Amino acid sequence: MIKLIVDDKEIKTEAGNSLLQACLENGIFIPNLCFIKTRQHPHASCRLCFVEIDGLDRPVTACTEKVREGLVVKTDTPTVRRLQRTAFKLLMSGHPCEAKVCPVKGSCQLIRIAKHLKVGLNPKPLEYIDREVEEEVDLTFFTYYPYRCVLCGKCVYVCREKNGHNLLTFAQRGFDTVIGFFGSAEPVDLPCHGCLACATICPTGALIPKPELIKEAKMNP
Amino acid sequence: MSKLELRERFASIQRESERRNEEKNKESIPTIFIVMSTCGLASGATETKQAFEEALSEKSIKARIVPVGCLGHCYAEPLVIIDHPTAGFPPICYYQINADRARILVRSYLEGGDPVLKYVLGAMEENDLIPAVMDFPRFSLEQRLVMEHCGHIDPNDIYQYVAKGGYSGLVKALEAEPEEVIDLVEKSGLRGRGGAGFPTGRKWRIARATEIDDKFVICNGDEGDPGAYMDRTILESNPHQLLEGLAICAYAVGANRSIAYVRAEYPLAVKALQKAIKSAEELSLLGPSILGTSFNFEVSVFQGSGAFVCGEETALIQSIEGKRGMPQHRPPFPVEKGLWGRPTVVNNVKTLSSVPSIILRGPEWFRTIGTEHSPGTAIFSVVGNVKHPGLVEIAMGTSLRTLIFDVCGGIPKKKEFKAVQIGGPSGGCLPSSFLDTPIDFDSLTQAGAMMGSGGMVVMDEDSCMVDVSRYFLDFTQKESCGKCTFCRIGTNHLLNILDRITKGEGREKDLELLETLSKDIKDGSLCGLGKTAPNPVLTSLKYFREEYEAHINEKRCPALKCRTLIAYYIDLEKCARGCEVCVGCCPVDAIFTTKGRKKAIDQELCVKCGECRSVCPPEYDAVFKVSPPELAPIIERPPEEKKESKKSAV
Repeated sequence: MIKLIVDDKEIKTEAGNSLLQACLENGIFIPNLCFIKTRQHPHASCRLCFVEIDGLDRPVTACTEKVREGLVVKTDTPTVRRLQRTAFKLLMSGHPCEAKVCPVKGSCQLIRIAKHLKVGLNPKPLEYIDREVEEEVDLTFFTYYPYRCVLCGKCVYVCREKNGHNLLTFAQRGFDTVIGFFGSAEPVDLPCHGCLACATICPTGALIPKPELIKEAKMNP
Repeated sequence: MSKLELRERFASIQRESERRNEEKNKESIPTIFIVMSTCGLASGATETKQAFEEALSEKSIKARIVPVGCLGHCYAEPLVIIDHPTAGFPPICYYQINADRARILVRSYLEGGDPVLKYVLGAMEENDLIPAVMDFPRFSLEQRLVMEHCGHIDPNDIYQYVAKGGYSGLVKALEAEPEEVIDLVEKSGLRGRGGAGFPTGRKWRIARATEIDDKFVICNGDEGDPGAYMDRTILESNPHQLLEGLAICAYAVGANRSIAYVRAEYPLAVKALQKAIKSAEELSLLGPSILGTSFNFEVSVFQGSGAFVCGEETALIQSIEGKRGMPQHRPPFPVEKGLWGRPTVVNNVKTLSSVPSIILRGPEWFRTIGTEHSPGTAIFSVVGNVKHPGLVEIAMGTSLRTLIFDVCGGIPKKKEFKAVQIGGPSGGCLPSSFLDTPIDFDSLTQAGAMMGSGGMVVMDEDSCMVDVSRYFLDFTQKESCGKCTFCRIGTNHLLNILDRITKGEGREKDLELLETLSKDIKDGSLCGLGKTAPNPVLTSLKYFREEYEAHINEKRCPALKCRTLIAYYIDLEKCARGCEVCVGCCPVDAIFTTKGRKKAIDQELCVKCGECRSVCPPEYDAVFKVSPPELAPIIERPPEEKKESKKSAV
């Protein structure tokens, strides 16, 4: 076991763990969207899990830092919060929150992060940007809502883990990046078996399983 | 295998190279060197070559035509060097030789013995008859180390490279222990020429020290900065020098496989490199047991498919592995865990091309060039508002002023220098107060720009700095891979804000927002692209803030560049009665005749293309550009005219 100090509190964790995992295991919340603890090489794309470590001159992402004995970590310095809030606002500027109709409003990671960072769900002072993406993409077992997607890439990773190869991946580039689906011309014909790993792990309700399928899954657990 | 045998095998290659050289010299016929790299071809070198061939055969003159790589003098393309040994002149360099001029040269010089002075750029050697090119600052102030042989040898002929001392560095390296080679490179102080300036020797030592035997060496030739073409020129003009550097690097770090990652948009470079690999393999300078030693080394070419971000080393590796070119978090650095999980040294084309001469001439010699912390030379492709644009290789530590005003001839059309953008889209814009900054890694970074891989854009007084920032942000924003939040969305916000400022819709708080957002993007982004993308905004805000403020507060573009904020008008005092030149060229029929039979512009119809201004005869010079647009005097259309234009619009 390795001992380290986070926000003046000593915590213990197993060697080899990432700093982010160590904190989460010990009940210290650090905002994150793209982190998967079993993932060998962290994706590090959401840029929310910044922390400051004694001895380093700038904040680092906690998911990419391995724990070391005696590490002294701060999770809520002004610099950390500044970066986290900017990253969050940037995400929200392309994710107009529609709490009334949102199917995952209770479990939405973004809401949890907003509360933690003590910011609203709007992007102020930034403006909303129209992402010019499709309203929804109909797939056999679920529907993809591109404008809710924060491109954390978790679905891409779990699909590969579960099926050995990706049925979905990043498509387009830059600001136009979306999740694209492999297989065939018609998304409905995708050779997907409905394991729903992707929809289950989606933190923002961009991948919503179809109700009949959930029912079926409940009947044959 | 002894050192003696290695030397003997290489000596036989050198002898063959000498023999070929002598054979050529025996028949003393003229040699015509034509620059046929991408830039030469673009300006018509193919037609020039064809014209030479036709004219020579018409007149039954025996001469050799040798296609060579680029000399770097883009302003003078197509460049031709004629060595006419029996004419009594030294080899002469001719500029802008199109097909017609080629025929004239054959007739007058090769047939008649008159060197046609009006097309001469200079003689290649000192002499009493024709001024030598070395008398011009564009030649004499340069110090060519990496590009020493570019434009002087046929890139497709390995023996010509060997004749210039090529592959001797590799032989010398093979005679030494790998550690000794690394020592030499470390002592030379060579720093990565890709932009960041990491010490090359240190990188090699880390790779050498890793316990995994299967290692890779990658040559990064994914040059993507707008207006930069140093790597392309080197690959096209002297690919063997790069291959030699690659082999030395592989020997030093203990790798047997290498990939040269070259943009697919550089077909000529790819071809030249592939050809070079083949001919080096034929002479056992590459491939299994090089020159009989136990060192095996194979090189393959990988063509990148056009993503700017693949110049970032981790994205480049992903791309070779067949994945989407997205940068990965470092550490692990590629040198620990790179291509297919193996230790991988990624070096830039210019870095690797510097290596052979370091090994051959020694680190002490290398350190005599450049500055203490940035030894060697820097290669820039200087473009924009300079008289003599092109590739320039200068010693590190040379000032920006010398480079722009002495080497490249300064700003044309008697305009004022305004700014220089160094380091491509991730670099910064420096104003005239920084002209005395020495060009080296540390000074440029300190000034807020960066060395980058060598793109340099010079701008004159007509450039609007807000517009320039907008241009670069538009580029980086499009080229972001879309992985991390700051770069994907942040650069889009920056672009939107800059866009509205150039359109006169800027808001009071925009500058503050630009600054804080830029800073956060720099600190928060995952890879080098995002970390440097806001640099053009931050530097131009720092050095040209008043220009931003003029756009926002006065809706005025001081450089008269941003279309929404300018207007054209015709000065009735200056306009000549009856002159109709501007009327015909206006694409939207916005110019009408006033009561006094002079011309005026209908501001509502005008699209501000500026055509009228450029065609107005210089003796009248009656068209003016102003900002803000309200400054343009309003001139009413005569009533009957108005009706007519309405009719035609319908």
